[in-house]
Amino acid sequence: MNTTPFTPLSFPGKKNSGDSVVNGVDLSVNFAGIKAPNPFWLASAPPTDKAYNVVRAYEAGWGGVVWKTLGEEPPAVNVSSRYSAHYGKNREVIGFNNIELITDRSLEINLKEITQVKKDWPDRALIVSIMVPCNEEAWAYILPLVEATGADGIELNLGCPHGMPERGMGAAVGQNPDLIEKVTYWCKKHYSKPVIVKLTPNITDIRVGAQAALRGGADAVSLINTINSITSIDLDNMVAKPTVGHQSTHGGYCGSAVKPIAMNMVAEIARDPSTPTLPISGIGGISTWRDAAEFIALGSGSVQVCTAAMLNGFRIVEEMKDGLSRWMAEKGYDSIEAFSRKAIPQTTDWKHLDINFKTIAKIDQDLCIECGRCYIACEDTSHQSIAKLTEQNGARRYEVIEEECVGCNLCQITCPVENCITMVPQETGQPFLAWDNDPRNPFRVAS
Amino acid sequence: MTSPLNHLPSAQEVGTYDPQTLTHNFSDLHPPLTQRQAMIESQRCLYCFDAPCVEACPSDIDIPSFIRQIGEKNINGAAETILEANILGGSCARVCPTEILCERSCVRNHDAECQPVLIGLLQRYATDHMQFDSHPFKRAASTGRHIAVVGAGPAGLSCAHRLAMLGHQVTIFEAEQKPGGLNEYGIARYKMTDDFARKEAEFLMEIGGIDLQYGQRLGYNLELSTLHQQYDSVFLGLGLGASRALRLTGEEAPGLMPAVDYIKTLRQTDDLGSLTVAKRCIVIGAGNTAIDMATQMARLGATEVTLVYRRGIEAMSATDHEQEIAKANGVRMVTWAQPDEILLDDQGRVAGMRFAKTVEQAGQLSPTGETIEIAADAIFKAIGQSFDNTSLADATAAELAREGERIHVDEMFRTSLPNVYAGGDCVKSGQDLTVQAVQHGKLAAHAIHQALAAKQEAA
Repeated sequence: MNTTPFTPLSFPGKKNSGDSVVNGVDLSVNFAGIKAPNPFWLASAPPTDKAYNVVRAYEAGWGGVVWKTLGEEPPAVNVSSRYSAHYGKNREVIGFNNIELITDRSLEINLKEITQVKKDWPDRALIVSIMVPCNEEAWAYILPLVEATGADGIELNLGCPHGMPERGMGAAVGQNPDLIEKVTYWCKKHYSKPVIVKLTPNITDIRVGAQAALRGGADAVSLINTINSITSIDLDNMVAKPTVGHQSTHGGYCGSAVKPIAMNMVAEIARDPSTPTLPISGIGGISTWRDAAEFIALGSGSVQVCTAAMLNGFRIVEEMKDGLSRWMAEKGYDSIEAFSRKAIPQTTDWKHLDINFKTIAKIDQDLCIECGRCYIACEDTSHQSIAKLTEQNGARRYEVIEEECVGCNLCQITCPVENCITMVPQETGQPFLAWDNDPRNPFRVAS
Repeated sequence: MTSPLNHLPSAQEVGTYDPQTLTHNFSDLHPPLTQRQAMIESQRCLYCFDAPCVEACPSDIDIPSFIRQIGEKNINGAAETILEANILGGSCARVCPTEILCERSCVRNHDAECQPVLIGLLQRYATDHMQFDSHPFKRAASTGRHIAVVGAGPAGLSCAHRLAMLGHQVTIFEAEQKPGGLNEYGIARYKMTDDFARKEAEFLMEIGGIDLQYGQRLGYNLELSTLHQQYDSVFLGLGLGASRALRLTGEEAPGLMPAVDYIKTLRQTDDLGSLTVAKRCIVIGAGNTAIDMATQMARLGATEVTLVYRRGIEAMSATDHEQEIAKANGVRMVTWAQPDEILLDDQGRVAGMRFAKTVEQAGQLSPTGETIEIAADAIFKAIGQSFDNTSLADATAAELAREGERIHVDEMFRTSLPNVYAGGDCVKSGQDLTVQAVQHGKLAAHAIHQALAAKQEAA
């Protein structure tokens, strides 16, 4: 038997995992004063719980890491059985749920490791997430200890929806704007580097939290934290997952499924005139470079990833950096900043939309596979604007009844063939007319 | 049944395959889907509206519905969706030429995928994994009517089950000692393994109200006239028992036999090694029986199997898929050659065959004058089946109107005799398929039910 140990070949790319220039494009960011070679950061979560994981993440090429939340002594205690998933029909994980608390390791060990890692990886962003009780002494105690590590900034975990609120922390603070402001203020008072406030989505208006953070002096916000969730019920035993013994509890939901919710919240803050320049670190279901580009287009200056890494390992950052940089080169964006917020001007309130705009569906008969999905969707649930015809040879033919089509997109959404159904804007000859000014609007603004 | 081959060695003596390999050669040709495969495949179904696959299914199974049920892990629901349209859904999942029926019309063929949903295998998954505490179909209140069904093949079993469901009493008269017809006796062994035909018939009989009598052969110990008098209605689901003759000298020579007879023996044996094998053999024909015969002979250990057909490949009734199976088993195909002379050795046994090469001119097949000779220890004829004339020889049966040699029926499966219905291979249908026979039986049952109900009202 050959016992020679396997010696891995060294790849130049590995050594340069911190290169900010990828495919000729500079991916570096300066987020609220925190510099990183790329905008891809790992969110505060199990993948950033200890030096071993964080070093592996840096080796893989992540631009930054938010260290899993530190708390007061004694450390939190976790239960066994912690995660569950909302699966798609092919067992792909659509959403992910956890009932884990903040770090369950001692503060001392965490601080020691953070100090060493920052020393070894000076070019990467290292941010420390913190959650301690809602009194100034608690913050005044821990902040100098964190400052001494040399980490680049802190992130306030005011959003953890399970376990911690019961102790007067996490979401319990994040749901109260006054407390957000107060805690942020203490942090700015007892800590000299950038303070990022992580917002909980378990509220009615995300802007209120961001405004409070700004009033408290926050340098930035990050969002979203996880959403209260129950992913599934074991119908044999009538208990939710993850199951701890014979019970379960709600957890925090993340993964692809939350991306649309997170993007709206990011856009809400980016569009809010009271927080126009507040830097945003986007979080929520980011799995690919496209997801990241979308968050950045809506105003994020960096993005944080967790679930995708937990499901695939740290290596996904390679594809993310490669894809993002190629796309940027193609579009002529020479920096992340160059396209940050680019989609914001086109994101508006419903009342400002052009009521005279008209688009209708068009079916490409050459691409149509005759499945009839568009027909039955429109016939049963929409506007009865697709006709089902039969050709001489018995083939089915589906045609849009243009005068009935309201341009709802349902047929396009239900069609399994890409580009078979397109929505075609119509020339109406009518001017732009927002609902604000529409004569049919009883509350219209006189123009 | 294979006595014409008694002078030939057994598969074991030929020794091409050891017993383990032989067993393997006759296990499932297309292994069933695992649970994971079934889940993935079920997701490929687009749940088409007014789905083309349903239109293509001779037995009207609601395919998108049962596939969606599989995807939702509702296996009993999926099985019931299949079985309510086709009570022999399990055997049809195995033997249906899906490549020319449902799967050919699957819209996924057009998609960039160019690959249909594996409907047949999904149907098999549902019917293999169903677990009912009791028979899933209930009988209607008894009508007091008693119907005779001749033949426990797919048509007869399907008809009997539906009649029982509708509240009638049924007696099936089966010539053989087992139910299932061609599913039991006539289909390649690797297409229907683990005694499935018998198990399926047992499942179907669980509905109750069906009495199955074996060894009852129409024209031999059973008269249509008697059935006609004694029962409220009769359904004829006879098979085509007789093999067509080559009409050549030496047709009775040792070494020449009908393929169906050999397959019947092959299907029933417990010892594959004991079957006689012709190391070099010729199969004449172009249908699925010819393919089954040639492939099975190759899998038993024959080293030179030649399938000979008088026309071209494109005219073969065996589907492309079937032809591929034969080719994959080393079967050689010779086309445009028709039997000319059976070649015998000095002991009068088959030594080969001479074929006349053919050409088609203006739709007519004619010999080119050229001949070829193929040496062989055995010749299997698979050139079609016909009625065993004795079966319809009694005075009443003789009155049945025929269409060609088959029994004529109208769209309600009524024969020319009042209260006598027929379906399956014994009527002219265009497609001699199991699934077609099942549909005939089912529709005939409804026709019988309607006619009896109308009679009741009139009385």
